[in-house]
Amino acid sequence: MKTTRWFAFLAAAFLVSESSIASELLIRGAKVYTLTSPNPMERTDVLVRNRMIVAVGKNLTAAAGAPIMDAANHPLTPGLWGGLSEVGVIEIPREGDTADASQGADSPPWHQQWRPEFDVTLAYNPRSSVVPITRIEGVTWTVLDPSSGDSIVGGQGAAVTLDGTYDAVLRGSRSLFVQLGGGIRKISNGSRAGQYMLLDQAIREARASGTSAEGALLHPAGREALLRYLDGGRVVFAVERAADILQLIAFVQRAGIKPVIAGGSEAWVVAKELARADIPVILDPLQNLPSGFDQLASRLDNAARLHQAGVRIAFSGGYPRGIRQPAGNAVAAGLPWNVALASITSTPAEIFGLGADRGRIAPGQIADLVLWDGDPLEVTTIAKQVWIAGQPVTMRSRQTVLRDRYLPRANPN
Amino acid sequence: MISQAVNNMNIKRSLCGSLLCAVASAALAAEPYPSTYKAPASPPTLIRHATVLTGTGARLDNADVLLADGLVRAVAAGLSAPDGAKVIDATGRWVTPGLIDVHSHMGVAAVPYTKSLDDANEDTDPVSAQVWAEHSIWPQDPAFATALAGGITTLQILPGSADLIGGRSVILKNVPAVTYQAMKLPDARYGVKMACGENPKGVFGSKHQAPSTRMGNVAGFRQAFIEAQTYQREWEKYQRDLAAYESEKGSKSGKGKEKDLQPPTPPKRNLKLETLVGVLKGETPVHVHCYRADEMATMLDLADEFNFRIAAFHHGVEAYKIADRLAEKGVCGALWADWWGFKLEAYDGIQENVAIVDRPANSCAMLHSDSAGTIQRLNQEAAKAMARGVHAGLNIPPERAIRWITSNPAKALGLSDRTGSLEVGKMGDLVVWNRDPFSVYARADLVFIDGALRFDRQHPREEPSSDFMLGQPGATEQP
Repeated sequence: MKTTRWFAFLAAAFLVSESSIASELLIRGAKVYTLTSPNPMERTDVLVRNRMIVAVGKNLTAAAGAPIMDAANHPLTPGLWGGLSEVGVIEIPREGDTADASQGADSPPWHQQWRPEFDVTLAYNPRSSVVPITRIEGVTWTVLDPSSGDSIVGGQGAAVTLDGTYDAVLRGSRSLFVQLGGGIRKISNGSRAGQYMLLDQAIREARASGTSAEGALLHPAGREALLRYLDGGRVVFAVERAADILQLIAFVQRAGIKPVIAGGSEAWVVAKELARADIPVILDPLQNLPSGFDQLASRLDNAARLHQAGVRIAFSGGYPRGIRQPAGNAVAAGLPWNVALASITSTPAEIFGLGADRGRIAPGQIADLVLWDGDPLEVTTIAKQVWIAGQPVTMRSRQTVLRDRYLPRANPN
Repeated sequence: MISQAVNNMNIKRSLCGSLLCAVASAALAAEPYPSTYKAPASPPTLIRHATVLTGTGARLDNADVLLADGLVRAVAAGLSAPDGAKVIDATGRWVTPGLIDVHSHMGVAAVPYTKSLDDANEDTDPVSAQVWAEHSIWPQDPAFATALAGGITTLQILPGSADLIGGRSVILKNVPAVTYQAMKLPDARYGVKMACGENPKGVFGSKHQAPSTRMGNVAGFRQAFIEAQTYQREWEKYQRDLAAYESEKGSKSGKGKEKDLQPPTPPKRNLKLETLVGVLKGETPVHVHCYRADEMATMLDLADEFNFRIAAFHHGVEAYKIADRLAEKGVCGALWADWWGFKLEAYDGIQENVAIVDRPANSCAMLHSDSAGTIQRLNQEAAKAMARGVHAGLNIPPERAIRWITSNPAKALGLSDRTGSLEVGKMGDLVVWNRDPFSVYARADLVFIDGALRFDRQHPREEPSSDFMLGQPGATEQP
């Protein structure tokens, strides 16, 4: 790609977006990873109109004056998801005033009330520096996860697009987040067995009519919120240990909940049971250490084994912008390459109810696209250009301007 | 008794030329907590037809490497195998020096992360120079084995960064062992860990004690080194008095006046100040946890004030802002590829940091892990940093970037003459990679330490090397 052609393209794109012409974009001759079939389409065109992909094929033409991007058969993928994250709800984790990801728990744990009505997306700030830092790496969406707090029920989260707009929450992706296991024993009064007891109590409260009883776990708003998730809503359970995963499978079948597992360090041990119950797992493929006693059987090939057993998997872990590195490592540990790419595009989109709009390159999908300078899962590959809803992202962040300030000069200080 | 001690002292001084050694040996006959590491005997090994990154900046295609007697014996094309040599065909594969991580807390903050194994920060006194990281090491930490599978052959275990001066580090060979002494690299110098910025002021400030500010941090360092200078002078005076006593005693011997002569009383030993005297004498490399450029500059001035040298800044997310100064001062930057923003002093991190720090002449940039996860993929961290540098227009071929995880960390640890590169006479520490190691798909096939094969991906151990993992369900070796 010649730099001059590149700037010409960007200039054209901005001219179009600033005018009121229906915006159209043609990406010509890319190696397109559609995620609708396992193999990429070589030297293929993608036509975008009004935020959407309208055609994928050979010899497509765009309206006169529309920007045309010559992709020189570089890889083109859907915009990546950044995993379960706190992008835009935490600017700096250790600066409390900038961190809005979870509810604190000031009351003694045993007397805690549960607040499933808590909605972390209300704290999302599209002007956070983390948003451009993340999206210029090809990560165009993420799921905000409130579960890092001190409560069994973290509250509700949802997917957001990282296009920098305020109206960023993606419809249909709302989920409830619950954590189970040894890490939160202290808030279940000494035994993880108490977690199921409390969940049962909360469900009875949500289903009951009349006013809340003395010592209830839930406020009226909490009862309403939880009830929505008992009617087939999506609940993401953070859980690691094989035995706990089996307890969870039994619990959700009793309660009528549609679960997603997050973490799942030992999920490979119960892969068959997960496949049978059709429960997807969001995991970190780099988790191979016995970081805690709930994770003694952590393995690098967790993803490969789950996939082989027929479990749907998506990846989350580390910095959202760096999600490609765990995916590449999953391939090195035996996962088929196209499944690894799906685990950061189409599969998470499906898990969060967004599959009709996102995660693939196909007509009718939102045009979240990334053009790469090499294998998208390779650590030495860099995003050449990112588009969100058909608009080219300015490939600039607080980090690139810092780089550009200090790169050019020998700096004696 | 005294003269015996003096004799010992003189011997030790001739070996290490050090007041530190002198002080230690005045009371103890030998270096305490000595290494018991010994490389097992292994046959000569000839690795053939590899792409070799030597760690000195060279790339040799279709080259051979000969290991024998624990050392690198030859690196060239077309070597012939000595009698009894094991020959490995590495066609299509890459060979690099064993990887070195200058910043690890494995063993001292071991997995599983539990209160019991949380031994990295003394955290009770901002100046804890008296503690030695090796006394916290749990050799059964399962993370040593996973790091070995990532090609790590040598690593520095540091105390944490809660304290201004966190204590002594130790350098280990990454071999399974029941005791840390059996991992301890023989004849390696201790380092000392220091920390500026948020951690010490936050940890002690929250206890309502000094330091609670950055200026309090610097005052704490200065006070500690002033005390060390005083202690150093006390011992120097003692040595002068002792020498005078010995000489007077000698000259008066036989004249019947020995009874009037009294030997000087040695100063009371102070473990904390002994470590700091080692720093003042230039014998103990100083490793400083520091993020911001302005604070690194303050630490450079502190080092000038007390006339010591900083071996490396660790983390240094703003090192790119003072890259030329670091190179001029001969101070290394031990950095991450892309960690940033988890606290305010890490807010200005950029992905070109390593490449920019590497740019000036006489630079010393390196990747470090600070993580039992990242240490398994130090090659990938170097690959990311290399790619960002290349993207920014800097010329960084793999043979240059490999130095960031081999010879440059060896330099920071004072081990350049022994390991970190594939040169004749260096330790036989090397990795055979299944492909270009600057790829996410690359895996270490074989890892040699002192000429002995310690990891073989095709023939994994049947049982985990860590006793902790032995007998745990599902806990087989990593794939």
